Amino acid sequence: MNQTASTTISRGFWDAPGGRKGIGAWIFSTDHKRIGLLYFYSTLAFFCVGVLLGLALRFELFQPGADFFTAQQYNSIFTLHGVVMIFLFIIPGIPAAFGNLVMPIQIGAEDVAFPRLNLLSWWLYMIGAIMALTSLFTGGGAPDTGWTFYVPFSVRTTTNVSLATLAVFIIGFSGILTGLNFLVTIHRLRAPGMTWWRIPLFTWALYATAWVQVLATPVLGITVLLIFAERVIGSGVFDPARGGDPVMYQHLFWIYSHPAVYIMILPGMGVITDIIPVFARKPVFGYKAIAISSLAIAGAGSVVWAHHMVTSGMSDIAVMIFSLLTFLVAIPSAIKVFNWVATLYKGSIQLDPPLLFALSFIVLFSIGGLTGLVLGSAATDVHVHDTYFVVGHFHFVMFGGTGFAFFAAMHYWLPKFYGRMYNKKAAVWGWALMTFGFLVLYMSMMIVGMEGMPRRYYDYLPKFTFWNQMSTIGSWFLAIGLLIVFVNIFRGLFKGEPVGSNPWGGATLEWQTPSPPPLENFEAEPVVTHGPYEYKKAGIL
Amino acid sequence: MSETTHTAHAEHPKDYTGAKLGMWLFLFTEVLLFGGLFILYAIYLQRYPEGFKLGGDQLNVWFGGGNTLVLLTSSLTVAMAITALQQGRVKASLRLVGATLFFALWFLVNKYFEWSAKIHHGIYPKSEHLKEMPGGEQVFFNLYYLMTGLHGIHVLVGAGVMTWVMWLIRKGKVNPDDYVTLENAGLYWHLVDLIWIFLFPLYYLIL
Repeated sequence: MNQTASTTISRGFWDAPGGRKGIGAWIFSTDHKRIGLLYFYSTLAFFCVGVLLGLALRFELFQPGADFFTAQQYNSIFTLHGVVMIFLFIIPGIPAAFGNLVMPIQIGAEDVAFPRLNLLSWWLYMIGAIMALTSLFTGGGAPDTGWTFYVPFSVRTTTNVSLATLAVFIIGFSGILTGLNFLVTIHRLRAPGMTWWRIPLFTWALYATAWVQVLATPVLGITVLLIFAERVIGSGVFDPARGGDPVMYQHLFWIYSHPAVYIMILPGMGVITDIIPVFARKPVFGYKAIAISSLAIAGAGSVVWAHHMVTSGMSDIAVMIFSLLTFLVAIPSAIKVFNWVATLYKGSIQLDPPLLFALSFIVLFSIGGLTGLVLGSAATDVHVHDTYFVVGHFHFVMFGGTGFAFFAAMHYWLPKFYGRMYNKKAAVWGWALMTFGFLVLYMSMMIVGMEGMPRRYYDYLPKFTFWNQMSTIGSWFLAIGLLIVFVNIFRGLFKGEPVGSNPWGGATLEWQTPSPPPLENFEAEPVVTHGPYEYKKAGIL
Repeated sequence: MSETTHTAHAEHPKDYTGAKLGMWLFLFTEVLLFGGLFILYAIYLQRYPEGFKLGGDQLNVWFGGGNTLVLLTSSLTVAMAITALQQGRVKASLRLVGATLFFALWFLVNKYFEWSAKIHHGIYPKSEHLKEMPGGEQVFFNLYYLMTGLHGIHVLVGAGVMTWVMWLIRKGKVNPDDYVTLENAGLYWHLVDLIWIFLFPLYYLIL
């Protein structure tokens, strides 16, 4: 299955056309692989910033009382942690970085449909990111509203919320353009023979994600613009003193921001779906069910937003309707989990690092998903609303889900684009420490939340000390695991052994072209004759 | 997963369907952007029917109606410009896009006078006069400024797009054989028109 790796590897797309050199060959390139790597390194940099902020929060919470930060500083740090992690890392992380890198190759295209638009969306993303970071040091100080920008506080606070909301608007626009580009690419640029039911499931997940990006993000756009307008021209449509209604803000915000969690998780699910059959050496179980469940999650996920607002004073009927709809989302999610497990069943499993991260994903995402049902049910939600239970749940889904999928994708696909392999043993150690630290860190949060500790305070009652300390200690294990993973993978990518075109034995198109891929992805236009997981027909098994 | 054919990479012709699909998706996002404001309008109208009635009575239907005519005519001229270019009448097309640009500016001038009159009467966000009004009327006027303001920005952007397309036609980059950019600009302009077609009755007619 492995092609013998030659000692010298061709540099593929790393040799820029026209011999352009230096940073200009990257930041003005319209090659989807280069843009994908630009996104990858920028999101990764912001991830590291977010991790440091998160560690700082855990340091402060190691014991009761004010230790390192004032209350105001703590508010700014958690706001920043949320904004950086959500808008700068999780949302663009997998779709914009790995979607750009892999998706066009998976469907046998030379590039995306609108390469220049693709570059523009990276530029917009960077401009938004710079504005978000500028908002910390200018104006009235770093925003302290939390990433949700709830009114009336976000309108009244003197901190620099205006610039932060504009930044979110611009980053949202960048996401819309990426989604639009992917939709047109998947509709128009599939290689001959790449029928809809032969599209790899990662690309299917991106397709569903792109629809959510295109249809939900504009609502966030108008919502943050309204905050901006309230602050700058005083338009007051959410101000009760002037006839407005603050709950309407929450509705508009969550109409986007709930679907946004599916923008975050769907591509992650796609990564896992592509990894599991390769390492189980078995065709994926229930291909069509997984593809359709992505669309079902995108659809159902768009009509459940108000479950974030159970305690906001909505009518009981609305609460019950949104609760019911929320439970419906569990069905397509469970379909995926069952299909992954069924794919592993009786497979000849090869425990390589990408699969280990994928297995962690299944466990952590399942815990996150099931605790989501506790929050989806109104009766239990009222008790744990705004406690650390919510924080724990959210991190299980977002970090345990999307975050681990991001790391799985790094270990699975990056050797393809660098043509070199990392040290697998070190990767396993990194994975083990990350998973262990993760469980200690966030399980403790859920327990302390159940005991009644509210979120977003820099201080707490002495009785919560034990689990807070456990949680902080867990964060150190997680950080060490992350460090090992990063050092190992980047040393491998630049200095490791050459891998050949198909190190894992995958049957999707990206493994049928040299590593690293040439500029136009394939030496000749591919013609697809079988499905993405039919290893026998591909001659791999 | 594939057998590769040994044809070299062929030069791809421009994908018209893809370009238009992209534009339509972009128009969806514009509809949803305004959708958030239309939701606010619907909820607040249901909550304050009297306030909205009193507010609507203070708007000048002649201004609104005049602007509706201006925009409808501009949609006609841009559609004619596309047909003209398809038929190879480049100069006529250029003149018609120019007419669209002219109508866009006319609309904005009208809007300027309409807003100035309101502001002159002390009705604008944050004004003392507005703050003394009942809550329903305040929300009405705040939404009025937000929605017509955002629409006005779109008219301005549309005018910019028309100028750009005129430049492209003059340069020959948009021509009778390759006119998808003009078509997409026309689609965008129709959307700007369409949003006004909803704003006009909601603010000037039904109240």
